[in-house]
Formats: sequence, structure tokens, C-alpha cells
Amino acid sequence: MRDKLEQIKVEALEKLKECQTSQMLDEVRVKYLGKKGELTAILRGMGQLSAEERPIVGKIANEVRETIENAIQEALKEIKNKEKNYRLSLETIDVTMPGKRNKIGGLHPLTKALDEIKEIFIGMGFSVAEGPEVELDYYNFEALNIPKNHPARDEQDTFYINQNVVLRTQTSPVQIRVMENKKPPIRIIAPGRVYRSDTADATHSPIFHQIEGLVVDKGITMASLKGTLDTFAKRMFGEKTRTKFRPHHFPFTEPSAEVDVSCFVCGGEGCRVCKGSGWIEILGCGMVHPDVLRAGGIDPDVYSGFAFGLGLERIVMIKYGIDDIRLFYENDVRFLKQF
Amino acid sequence: MKVPYSWLQDYVDIDKSIYEVADKLTLTGSKVEEVIDKGKEIDKVVAGKIIKTEKHPNADKLTVCQIDVKTETIQIVTGADNIKEGDIIPVALHGSSLPGGVKIKKGKLRGVESNGMLCSEAELGLADEDSVHGIMILDQNTPIGVDIKEILGLNGGVIDFEITSNRADCFSIYGIARETAASFGCDLKNIETDYKTNDENINDYLSVKVDTPLCRRYMAKMIKNIKIGPSPEWMQAKLNEAGVRPINNVVDVTNYVMLELGQPLHAFDFNNIGGKEIVVKMANDEKFTTLDEVERQLDSSMIVISDKEKAIAIAGIMGGQNSEVTENTNTIVLECANFDGVTTRIASKKLGLRTEASSRFEKDLDPNLVEIAANRACYLFETLGVGEVVGGTIDIYNEKVEPHYVKVSPEWINRFLGTDIKTEDMIKMLNRLGMEVEDKEELVIKVPTFRQDVKIKEDVAEEIARLYGYDIIPSEKILGEAVEAEITREQKLIETVKSTMVASSLYEALTYSFYSPKVFDKINLNNDSELRNTISISNPLGEDFSIMRTTLIPSILEVMQRNILRDNKEARVFEIGKVYLNVGEDLPDERQKLIIAMAGNVDFYDIKGVVENLIEALSVDKVDFERETQNPTFHPGRCANILVRRKNAGVIGEIHPDVLENYDLEERVYVAEIDLGIFFDAAKLEKKYKPLPKYPAILRDMALLVEDSVEVKKIEDIMRKLGKGIIEEIKLFDVYKGKQIPEGFKSVAYSLIYRADDRTLTDEDVNKVHDAIVKELETKLNAKLR
Ligand SMILES: [Zn+2]
Repeated sequence: MRDKLEQIKVEALEKLKECQTSQMLDEVRVKYLGKKGELTAILRGMGQLSAEERPIVGKIANEVRETIENAIQEALKEIKNKEKNYRLSLETIDVTMPGKRNKIGGLHPLTKALDEIKEIFIGMGFSVAEGPEVELDYYNFEALNIPKNHPARDEQDTFYINQNVVLRTQTSPVQIRVMENKKPPIRIIAPGRVYRSDTADATHSPIFHQIEGLVVDKGITMASLKGTLDTFAKRMFGEKTRTKFRPHHFPFTEPSAEVDVSCFVCGGEGCRVCKGSGWIEILGCGMVHPDVLRAGGIDPDVYSGFAFGLGLERIVMIKYGIDDIRLFYENDVRFLKQF
Repeated sequence: MKVPYSWLQDYVDIDKSIYEVADKLTLTGSKVEEVIDKGKEIDKVVAGKIIKTEKHPNADKLTVCQIDVKTETIQIVTGADNIKEGDIIPVALHGSSLPGGVKIKKGKLRGVESNGMLCSEAELGLADEDSVHGIMILDQNTPIGVDIKEILGLNGGVIDFEITSNRADCFSIYGIARETAASFGCDLKNIETDYKTNDENINDYLSVKVDTPLCRRYMAKMIKNIKIGPSPEWMQAKLNEAGVRPINNVVDVTNYVMLELGQPLHAFDFNNIGGKEIVVKMANDEKFTTLDEVERQLDSSMIVISDKEKAIAIAGIMGGQNSEVTENTNTIVLECANFDGVTTRIASKKLGLRTEASSRFEKDLDPNLVEIAANRACYLFETLGVGEVVGGTIDIYNEKVEPHYVKVSPEWINRFLGTDIKTEDMIKMLNRLGMEVEDKEELVIKVPTFRQDVKIKEDVAEEIARLYGYDIIPSEKILGEAVEAEITREQKLIETVKSTMVASSLYEALTYSFYSPKVFDKINLNNDSELRNTISISNPLGEDFSIMRTTLIPSILEVMQRNILRDNKEARVFEIGKVYLNVGEDLPDERQKLIIAMAGNVDFYDIKGVVENLIEALSVDKVDFERETQNPTFHPGRCANILVRRKNAGVIGEIHPDVLENYDLEERVYVAEIDLGIFFDAAKLEKKYKPLPKYPAILRDMALLVEDSVEVKKIEDIMRKLGKGIIEEIKLFDVYKGKQIPEGFKSVAYSLIYRADDRTLTDEDVNKVHDAIVKELETKLNAKLR
């Protein structure tokens, strides 16, 4: 019987080597270890053995069973591995094919730039104020030191609703509205649409956006105006940006200045964008005129302030090299997608 | 204003380059538009004298000239027909250059040797191509062989300044010279004005009456025995450089003085002044022909100069043809006057006639300038030998303008600017600007009459700041109390709207705030719709841009049209913009609206999904979508009103095919317009944590057969009502029509999730509720369980 067991073991291990699939393994298991298998048959015949021999043969039989079972497990693992590798090889894909994307939209380039500017000023303690676009002549002109027949009214071709109501030509009227409603310290920016009766062409638009700034407090100086705008220019256009303040004239500020920044395209070397000058004009500013403070209900003997205004379209056009302002209002999705 | 550098140098001794001067003046407040240096491009062009001309042997239209250029006699072939022997002309020699990079070399013209070129004003860059005819003929006294740049004063270049409306005094070469002297700290030379007269008196020839206070001063001078002819070469050159075309010695002198001092002058032919009387008065409604031969309509808002019978000039703008100086003029009346700025500006605008004179008068000139300018002109008339100045002056000047005073302390100036400028330096700067400082503790500044713009202490601060240098003023942080930025609730909500729209794959558009009144018909709006009650612009760019919008639908449809016609078929856009509602007050109600539009591979439920995303992002509560069949802009079966707390907050739907046709669109377009104000009123910014469920849920499906017309909302309302707080979620997962479903019916299938907060639900708990729902659906909606 021992020989028989040994023979089964050798035979079974031999058969296992030939197995290629898990199904073939199963067949081997059934043939030797199954209910009707050869090893089971031997164990069933154990009754014929003597009491001394029975445990010895039993032990051997169990060893044989264990050996075969282990071998089956081993073989199974190997076959499973092979099968898995085969399946994986079938599943190979072209990783250079395009990904499936969840479509997302985008904000208008003007909104994006405005958000950037807002963030810079909010970081400096400015709040964002708003005012009406259809505005009283008083706020748009009179209170800003631009009486009827002032030449500045011609320079800004105005849309009128009636004699007393205009489409605001600038965001400056928000200055007065803020001062009327708030005590200093005031630190606001007021972005929004403004209107001029210019026929649309590559460089003109009857509607465009301005960002107004106003700071009023005790001890506000021209030096603080310079410092604030220097900081803005550096954050907006890069740390290396320099500014140039040139004296200018606005009816609502005194002294007034126009501000150039060193060209952020060429770094001031001179290029097509800055027309070779190395400088780009971006904003107008000045110390708030005492008449304007008074119009806002603020005593110019106690308080002083500065104000500034910049055109959004111009900055975005220069930044992205956009050569036609009408593109902003055409809303061709192929344009909008680029930002 | 164009300032020839050489002219500027007549009044200031300065040895800087034109570019240094331009840069410095920019920093002290005179804005430079451009530096034009024409002479830079001219080389080897000299004055030459034509000593002989002959016909070209092979070409009728060409002339062969022998030209003396002092060092030699050269032969040049020219096509010009305005030259003759003896003329002195500019000659571009072999190897010379002209503006625009033109190089002249010797060569043969139809077989005849030509060693250079005779030049016109245009070729020298002095005038426009179409304003000149033929070769430039120089004065007979011009020295031969001398560089043309020297003769024509082209060595210096020209600075073009932008003059701001407050600085009338800078609208002149002398004003810029004053700024230059102040900027560089050098001396300003005086203008020569001394002249001799004959012993007659103008008052014996002419009388002047001023009938309007809008003429603040009227001065008249008379010049007789005039020999009309060209003005001297140097004067013509200066005028040309400054952009004014030379005409004759009389007109040129008036223009020269205007450019030099900023005071316009006008010369009348005395023989054409009827009644030997000048009256300055308001015009009648009359027709009048100006010097440029255009007949113009005058009205009573304009000032005219007239003689006894008729108008002879529009004050401050242009003279009349009827009193023009001509070749035959023998005696002139020189007008040097001051007219009101606003009146001049309005008249000039009405007439569509802006001249060198009017653009100066409209800035309000100093009446005291009149006398200096009149004297300067007489000086030139006399010294240039144009004529004989008649003695005496007519000067009507009722309210004399005197210098005024401004007081300011140096400490205040330094405090205001954030600087530390010494008082003595301030005084020096003010002196350089022609201001006398009388008291040296608190500055009491005597402001000359040509600086009416300096009125208050802030104006003085500006004068100091710009001469001190804006660039030297320190750059500092804002001092004082720290201020924290406030971001309002609305601003936060707007940000949420924008991010939700972008996440819903929409692109942001920005459209005009005004449009045509015709758009309302285009979107099929009812005639009595209140959206037609608009605010209109009284001076629009055209009807297409004449009313302020009351709805964003036409604006966004135009965007869709543009995109779809350009083949951007899957256009998905949104805009957050204002509408301007006429509420019968001074100012309209400006309301913020959100508009969404989609086309391409989408349907009603896609755009509704976007709106639902927004409702969730803003936590707007109590929102209902209610069927709307009467909105003529939309498909009657695919439109809903959006109600928030039962208030109409917007509309959503498929655009009506008739409207699409009006926009040339064949593709279906879906649009939603939402009043953000109403949404925001019902929005919740603060989120609150809700514990995750502790007890298991029980899921039941329910398939119902209902009539087609039953809206699912009705089914869901019943489910929710009878769910008694244990229905957690109602999920519609299928709506089916077709096979096995009778005509006019539909099958709707739901998954209902039941869960309680406080216990594990039993089947029995759920069955009770579920059965009740089924029963109610059967009785109320005639539904059948499938
Ligand atoms: Zn550049």
C-alpha cells in the first residue's frame, strides 16, 4: 500500500506539471483527491490493514494528500498569474489618445483682469463700491468741478437721456456718492461700465470699463498716492515695474498726474507695444480737488484724499496683444475660450 | 501745438538737445505728443540758382537746367513747370538724402545726364503732397550754395505738445518758452514790440463800438501803404514748421504773432469796411460767407464783427470773404481782441468750424495779452517793411483784469505733498513762472493775469510739485488708521454665480447696454409689454443704439446668432448685466440680471440643470418652475416661469421658432433669464452642517401610469406631502411612452428613499406611507400602479 501511495504521489505531481489551465488542475484534483478519486479509494481500503499499520499508512496517506494539495495550490497560483498577465496584455490601450474632459466654461477676459485688479486693492484695504450707470448730470459733472460749458464736457462726448441725466462718462461720480454716504477713512475702488458717444472702431468703443479709486482721510498726501499706485503697478505688472508720474490736468484733482508704467512687454527697452518709448500710459490720478471733497460733504481743511482712474480694456488689450477693442463685445466663443 | 525748436530758442538760451527738452517739459507738465525732426533726414541739399533752361531734346515735358550751386554748375533734368531762369531753388545734390529715406543719385533721364533733383516743399517734408504745386521757389536774396536746413530753419526739429484746457497761456511758443525757462532754470527773453508810427491817428479813419460784454476787449490798429507780397523766407520757414501755410506778408504776420504769443489777430481790408465803422455784436439769423468760401448760417448766440451794414467776420473764428486782404489791399485794420471762450466754443461747434483762432479763444485768453500782441504785430509790419503803422490805438476794454493773490503756507504745501521743500526754493520756482511772492513767511503770491488757472492753494502746490519733480516726491504707504476691505453679501453671491456658470461649461459674454427699439418686435414681445417702457438716449449713435435695455434676451440672442453663423455650433454663454427699468423717476431702476443661452446638443433639461445648479449653489429656497404658455418669446410647450417664494424671478425655455427666424437661426436655442436681486434675497450664504444619517434607509420603486398632461411636480408634491418626514429623496428615473403604454399616457418610474432620523424604519412603517401615497395618486391624479 505504501508503494501504491508513493506511486499516486509521483503520478499526480507529474500530471500537475502538464496542466495549463485552472480547469485542468480541477480535473487532476478530482482524479486523485475527489470523492471518487484514487487517494480516497485507498483511504477507504484502510480497514483491511492491521491496527499497527493503520496509523502509519494513514499518516503517509495524509502526507501524500497534503503534498498533492500544496502542489495544486502552487500550480493554481502560477496559472492564475499567467492568465492575469494574458488578460492584462489584451487590455493594453493607446495612452496617447486624448482624455475625456469635463467641459468647463470661462470668464470674460475683462472680468478676469478686473478680478485680478480687485484682489490687489482688496489686499490694500480697499472695498469695492458701485454706482448707477445712468447718472445725474450733477454727479457726473457738476460735483466733479465740471460745470455746464466746461471744455472737459466736449472732450468726453456724452450720451444724454435728458438735460439732467446722462450715461456716466466716467466712474468718478461714484466718488461723490461714496463720500455722501460714508465718513472717512474712505478707501474704495469702483469698477464699472462707462459710456462715450464714440462710434465703434478698432480703438474706440461707446461702452468700456473704468476702475475708479478713492482714498480720503486725515493726512493723505501726494506721497501716499504715489506709494499706492507704485504698489499696484508692481503687483499687477511684476515686481520690476517702474512708474512715471507726469503732471496733467483733470478738473476734479489738483495736483493731477498721468501715470506711465515701464513697458511690461519689453521691460522698458522699447518695443512695438510701447511704440519704442519703454513706457505705457495706464492711468490718471491726483489729489482730490477741495471743491469735490466739499461736494461730497467732507471738510477739505480737515481731510485730504487722492483719486485715480484706469481703463480696463486698454490694460487687457496691451497685456494680451489684442488689437481690436470690438472683440470684447462680439463674444465669439473662439475668442472667449482663449483666456 | 507744434513748436519749432529753433523758434523756442529765440526766447530761451538753451543748449540741450530737442529730446532732452521734450523729456524735461513732459515731466514738468507740458505733455509732448511727438518730437518731429524733419531736418534729421535731409542731407546735401543746398540753395541753387537756375542760370539756363532748355527743352529736353527727347521729351516735351522735361526741362534741362544749368544750376549754379556756388562750387560748380551742374545739369539737372526736371519735370516741373513753375521754374524759370534766375529762380533760386533747393537742389538735392548727387548722394543727398530726403525725408522718408529717399536717396538722390545722378543718372540719365531720357538720355540726358541729370546730377540731382530740384525739390518741392513736399519732398523736403515741409508740406503735404497735395498742398504744393511744383518746385519750392526761394527768396531772391537767398545765398547760393548754403545748406537748405540752415536757410529753412530745419536744424532744430519740432515738438508737438498736447495743451490741456486750463493752460491757454501754453498755447503759444512764448508760453512754452516760459515753461522751458522755468523747467531748466534759465532766463526768458523779452519780446520786441517797439515800433514807429506815422503822425496820423486811427481815430480819424475808423470808429469801433462794442455791443456785447462777451467781447471783453477790442483793440484796433491801422497799417497803410501796404505792399502785399510774400513774407521773408525765415518767417515762412517758421510758419511751415509750425504747420501753418504761408499766404502773404500781412496774413503771415498775424499768424506769426498768434503762434508766438497765443493771441489770434485778424486783418480787414479797410476799403471794404462800410461806413468806416466796426461794431461788435451778436449776430442776426443770417447767412455769411467765410474766407474759405463757405456760406454759413449764423444765429444770435454768435458774436460777429460788422461794419455799418453787414457782418464782416465771425468773432474769434474766421473772417469774411467780403473784407479779405487781397493782392490789391492798401490799408488794413488789425483786430486784436478778446472773446468769451464758451461762446466761441459753442459757435465753433455749431458751425463745424474749428480754426487756429477759435481753438485758442475757447480756452479763455488773457485780455492783457491783446496789447502785447498788437504791438508785436505792428513791430513786425514796420520792421519787415510791410507798411506804415498809423498813429493812435483804438482800445475798448471796460473791465480790466488785474493780477490776483493766493495765500498759502510752505508747511501746508509740504504736508500736502509729503515733501520737505525749502521755502526759498518754492519762491524761486514761483518766480520762474512769473509769479511774484510778496510775503515770505506765509507765501502771498501775486498771480499774473495769464495764469487764471492758479486760484487756490492746491493750484500753487501743483506748480511747486511739477517744478520740484513728481519723480522726486517720495512714494509712501497710506498713513493713519488701518482700513479693512469689506466684501458685501451681494459681491460674494455674484462670485458664486460666476463660478457656477463656468463650472456649467458656459462662457461669459459682455454685451452693449443699449440696443434698438426694434428688438422687442424681434423677440415677439406683446405691444403692451412693460419691457417696452424704456429709457432712451437723446443723442444716440443711431437708432440701433438708442434705448437702454430692459431685458438681456435680445443681447444674448445676438451673441448666439453671431456664434452659430460663424459655425461655433455648441455656443454656451452667460452674461451678468444690468437692465434699466423706467420707473418714472429721474434715474431708472438698474437691476442685475443673469442670462444663460445654450444651443447645440442640448435640450430644455440641460439649461434647467444649469439653473438648478445655481439654485443649489446659492441655497435659494422655495423655488418653483411653473409652466408658461403665454410668453411669446418662447416655445409655448417648453417654457416656465421661475418663482422664488412665489415671486416671479425669471423665465426659462426654448426660444420660439418665429423668434429664431428673426435672428436667422435654424438651430434650437435655450435661454434662461434670472433676476439676481430676487435670487439673492432668498439665498443663504451660511452653510450649516447636517449630521450624516445614523439609521439605514429603505428603498422602494414605484412605476405609475398617468395621463400625458400630468406634470411630475404634481406627483412629487403628493409624495412629499404624504411622506410625513420619512421620505428622504424622490428620484425620477424613467419616463416612458410607446409600446405597452396606451395613447395619451406615460409611464413614470420613481425610486423613493425612506429614512427616519431617530430609528430604524420597519417594512411596516414604510408600507403604510407608501400605500397611502399610491392611493392618493390614484384618486387625485387618476394614476395606476404598473
Ligand atoms: Zn515695450
